[in-house]
Amino acid sequence: MPNRVLDGKIALITGGASGIGRATASLFAREGAAVAITDLNEEGGKSAARDIVQQGGRAIFEPADVTRAEDCQRVVDRTLREFGGIHMLFNNAGIICRASILELTEEDWDRVMAVNVKSIFLLSRLVVPIMAKAGGGAIVHMASGWGLAGGPRAAVYCASKGAVVLLTKAMALDHGSQNIRVNCICPGDTDTNMLRHEARQLGETEDRFLSESARRPLGRVGKPEEIAQAALYLASDAASFVTGTALVVDGGGLAGSG
Amino acid sequence: MRLANKVALITGGTSGIGEATAVLFAKEGASVAVSGRNEKRGHAVIERILQAGGKAIFIRTDVRRAAECRRAVDETVAAFGKLDILFNNAGVFYPHSTLDCSEEEWDLQMDINLKSTFLMSKCALPGMIQRGSGVIINNSSGWGIVGGDSAVAYCASKGGVVLLTKAMAIDHGRQGIRVNCICPGDVDTPMLPEDARLRGLKWSDYLAGCANRPLGRIGTADEIAKAVLFLASDDSSFMTGAALVVDGGGTAD
Repeated sequence: MPNRVLDGKIALITGGASGIGRATASLFAREGAAVAITDLNEEGGKSAARDIVQQGGRAIFEPADVTRAEDCQRVVDRTLREFGGIHMLFNNAGIICRASILELTEEDWDRVMAVNVKSIFLLSRLVVPIMAKAGGGAIVHMASGWGLAGGPRAAVYCASKGAVVLLTKAMALDHGSQNIRVNCICPGDTDTNMLRHEARQLGETEDRFLSESARRPLGRVGKPEEIAQAALYLASDAASFVTGTALVVDGGGLAGSG
Repeated sequence: MRLANKVALITGGTSGIGEATAVLFAKEGASVAVSGRNEKRGHAVIERILQAGGKAIFIRTDVRRAAECRRAVDETVAAFGKLDILFNNAGVFYPHSTLDCSEEEWDLQMDINLKSTFLMSKCALPGMIQRGSGVIINNSSGWGIVGGDSAVAYCASKGGVVLLTKAMAIDHGRQGIRVNCICPGDVDTPMLPEDARLRGLKWSDYLAGCANRPLGRIGTADEIAKAVLFLASDDSSFMTGAALVVDGGGTAD
């Protein structure tokens, strides 16, 4: 297989059991990376790793709740034990709660902030020293178009994704001198379970919600594979001069109004 | 007077930008509820306002706790009859990178700088919605727009505040509520020398670094208070969801 861009690399991907995380794990493996997948969802995570192995790639699955420091430690330890390093970290795990602050409970606030933001801190602080020691690495965070612009009935999701965008920039400043690049992706609506879950939270039919979501210049929602390509770009040497940036991949959704 | 007959609640009102805003709001005619953790400083602030002929009360509040936020809003309404303006100003800062930030320091900054805005606003909004008007101003930071070094949790919390501001503006615009945030650059408050100390920098060196911006100096708390006054008053009646940068040009390049 010629010219695989991640040959010899090792990636750790959170939220890798489904959606964008799973598509990214699969793409990274096809490009030659050994992939460690973690997720709360054991069944999905195992099947994601199994698919990769069946196609001749290298993958492991370690279940974890990435909002817990000890779980993050276990995932990193297992990855090091199996593959001997970590060159790329994709902090992809995320959940959404469609509610205004009036509808939102304190428990929902805490859970969304923990999964979408704190997990990045907990995992990155373990992985950065490993990358620094190895002479560098690439970290990609999952933000959102709603980390740049606000959305209706999405208060804590927007707060969490705005936090991810700025955490990306702050980490890029702190670790650039260690040759660690830190970037984030800001996808628009993408055809995943989360999108269908949103429709249910808002009490809308899937068809109606998906057709609303498609109202953007490209006239459709994104595919997980399209977001995975953006993660591949940021994680690979193709982006060797890119750090602290927020890459919008949204079919033009944030391009403007009119 | 630009805030005549208005009632304002200000968190983190016992020093710095919160104190300056409390004093300015009172001078402009507002009744001011000053919320904070330090009782001695809180009473000193309301004493300043009362002696100048203004109206103010102090409410001891830990804004990390939902029940205390509820009490702060209830006591404000009990004292002054309503709540028109909420300034979510409370904030803390520990200069740490991902590697040296403890989990406790992460939680503290996320809770005081960001979650408190959710908790306080959730308590304040129903009364505002019922009356069909209200203004919420959140204190973000220049570091809610661009990143800063050794400030991971602070940047995350302040980026969160900018987007929470936009999301709230969308949800409550039609109910007559405006929600904006300010993004100050380095300002002459107690937070600044504390940051210099924690970073182990000589004050004069630190200050010179902070002043390295187009206007060549750090800001005063009064200058930030005036931006808050603008956003709190009817002068900004068509503004919502905005992040007003007040930083001497620090994020201009």
